Amino acid sequence: MDLIQLQRQLVDYRTSLYHEGFLDEQFTQLQSLQDENNPDFVVEVVSLFFEDSERLLNELSKALEQQIIDFKRMDAQVHQLKGSSSSIGAHRVQKLCIVFRNYCEVHNVEGCLKCLQQVKHEYGIIKTKLESMFQLEQQILNAGGSIPV
Amino acid sequence: MVLAESGFSSPRNDAFPAGLRVLVVDDDPTWLKILEKMLKKCSYEVTTCCLAREALNLLRERKDGYDIVISDVNMPDMDGFKLLEHVGLEMDLPVIMMSVDGETSRVMKGVQHGACDYLLKPIRMKELRNIWQHVFRKKIHEVRDIESLEGFESIQMTRSGYDLFDDGHFLSGDDTTSGRKRKDADNKHDDRELSDPSSTKKARVVWTVDLHQKFVKAVNQIGFDKVGPKKILDLMNVPWLTRENVASHLQKYRLYLSRLQKESDIKNSFIGMKHSDLPSKDSTASFGPHKAMNMIPDDVPNGTYSFSASNSLAQNVDLKGQGDLKGITSAPVAEPKGALSIDIHDSHEANSTQMSFDHSLGSVDSAVSFASFNSTTPLQYPWTEIPEIQFKQECEPLHLENGFSQLPLPGPSMIENEANRSRIEVKPLLDESRSNFVEHLGPVGAEDLFPIQSKSQSLNNQVFDLISATKSSMKTQDVGLNYLADSEFALRNLNASGVGVPLATLSEDLQICWLQGDCYPMNYGLQDLECSTYDNPALMAETPFHLYDVLR
Repeated sequence: MDLIQLQRQLVDYRTSLYHEGFLDEQFTQLQSLQDENNPDFVVEVVSLFFEDSERLLNELSKALEQQIIDFKRMDAQVHQLKGSSSSIGAHRVQKLCIVFRNYCEVHNVEGCLKCLQQVKHEYGIIKTKLESMFQLEQQILNAGGSIPV
Repeated sequence: MVLAESGFSSPRNDAFPAGLRVLVVDDDPTWLKILEKMLKKCSYEVTTCCLAREALNLLRERKDGYDIVISDVNMPDMDGFKLLEHVGLEMDLPVIMMSVDGETSRVMKGVQHGACDYLLKPIRMKELRNIWQHVFRKKIHEVRDIESLEGFESIQMTRSGYDLFDDGHFLSGDDTTSGRKRKDADNKHDDRELSDPSSTKKARVVWTVDLHQKFVKAVNQIGFDKVGPKKILDLMNVPWLTRENVASHLQKYRLYLSRLQKESDIKNSFIGMKHSDLPSKDSTASFGPHKAMNMIPDDVPNGTYSFSASNSLAQNVDLKGQGDLKGITSAPVAEPKGALSIDIHDSHEANSTQMSFDHSLGSVDSAVSFASFNSTTPLQYPWTEIPEIQFKQECEPLHLENGFSQLPLPGPSMIENEANRSRIEVKPLLDESRSNFVEHLGPVGAEDLFPIQSKSQSLNNQVFDLISATKSSMKTQDVGLNYLADSEFALRNLNASGVGVPLATLSEDLQICWLQGDCYPMNYGLQDLECSTYDNPALMAETPFHLYDVLR
């Protein structure tokens, strides 16, 4: 695929992520922060997000496997996840966290379990999509082109 | 993880706000990175930190190293609100809170604790660009406060003492933050006369205990809800006092009260604090001296204190368990009043004295005094009432941690409780302060010493300096007494001296009271004072309040 096509593909892909609600304008903000001083800023931030989220999701899974569930702690963790996802604009994940917190508040185990599943699912999707997008960007750069804004 | 953007340098005034030194505290690594980048793009100097404790260490290490702090509300090692209070009390820096949670109650809490702003995540660049206004505003207020607070008496203070006040530190040669701020303010506001007190032409109002008592009495007579500066002024019948003086003092008082109320709410949950602790202390000793002191007589109207009014401010004043608070109320009343001046300083964030609201000392502890007020007891001044009251409930509210809690100082019991809580923080102070404190008081004169006000950051710093700088010399006891003028302290000292009650407890208590977080070295004096004689009730009666004003 030639450079122009790659670039167009990237733009389309990115646009679809916004349209489908996977990303929100916070992601755009992130991109605007990237500059010559930090050429890999977005990738770095998103990587931090992946690390943090995976850690939190693991902890949440463990928490729900316990005999006695510590809802307060779980709520704090979901809150963290919410904050984290808001940082890169992972919109769907963020929205789910709100629902998740509600279940925590009322100590609804079933609800929490369901939410956790959904969050994991959405997280998986956004992770895959962002990774694909970064790959596309890399291809463009490798082909000597620049990333369209 | 602390990543310093660059060395610590003073902000370049000419390029302001570029170079603004920001400390960002957030346990979320993603946000920390983003905020760092955003702030750098605003040409600010950024230091990041993912732990609250670490942030506090950084701030303490370099009191002048930062201009503003931005912190997340939810952090694993320390509640963001608590950090907020600490920063407000110790360093008197503007603090901006952040959270992904935008519930009104949370935002409200932030404001109550003294946040100068509350940002919702996701945060935009444009929101960060304007944070410099908080720094600037604070500086302006400081200047204004310093000017308006000076009173005749302060001019009479020894030059060194006065200078200390102005510079925000007693006897120490360090340039405290307040001192620096003043200088900065001077730079920025050359038209203001902030320098040498002796050269000041403006009359400075020093809110002495007597004056404050008159004020409180007037307020109570009018009714807190209907109070207004003009009315108070008329009732007070103090010819040289201006309406403006009263207005500013009233503002501080209100803030103080509401903070206390909040604290009491919080404290409610802690009800059950040990009142017990101070058995002998309070009871006797304190009373003796108090009488001598000319403390606010019982005619201080109790009920009116608006604690109820404050309650309205406080929102959730939850006095539930406070029935016994009575005693406490008295104590705090006395204290707070003084304190109020400090805190209530400009309703805004800035002043160092702000103890009150902006730096919500109150978040947790401050409730104490309030609680007591609400509960029932008339606000008597601590010194009069103390004997019986307080200690009942007070304990809780007093968390010294909040700083304000101290105000109530009501009973040793309170202090103890407080002490228990803040013991950790207090202790260090105590050690160094003891001797220092006393010493310092000597030269400066009791009045100057009112460290109690510490509410304000500067004050605290000053006190610290003061304390550490001075050597203990018992002779300064009276000074100490003055120092202690605050109800509690007075009590304590009195107890100590008169009754022979071991001061240790008192000092601890005092420590606690004053210590809001880490910066109140109240104890210092007390311990040393133990042996000394408290034969200067008069001393005690003075100043505490005016100290507040003077300081900031």
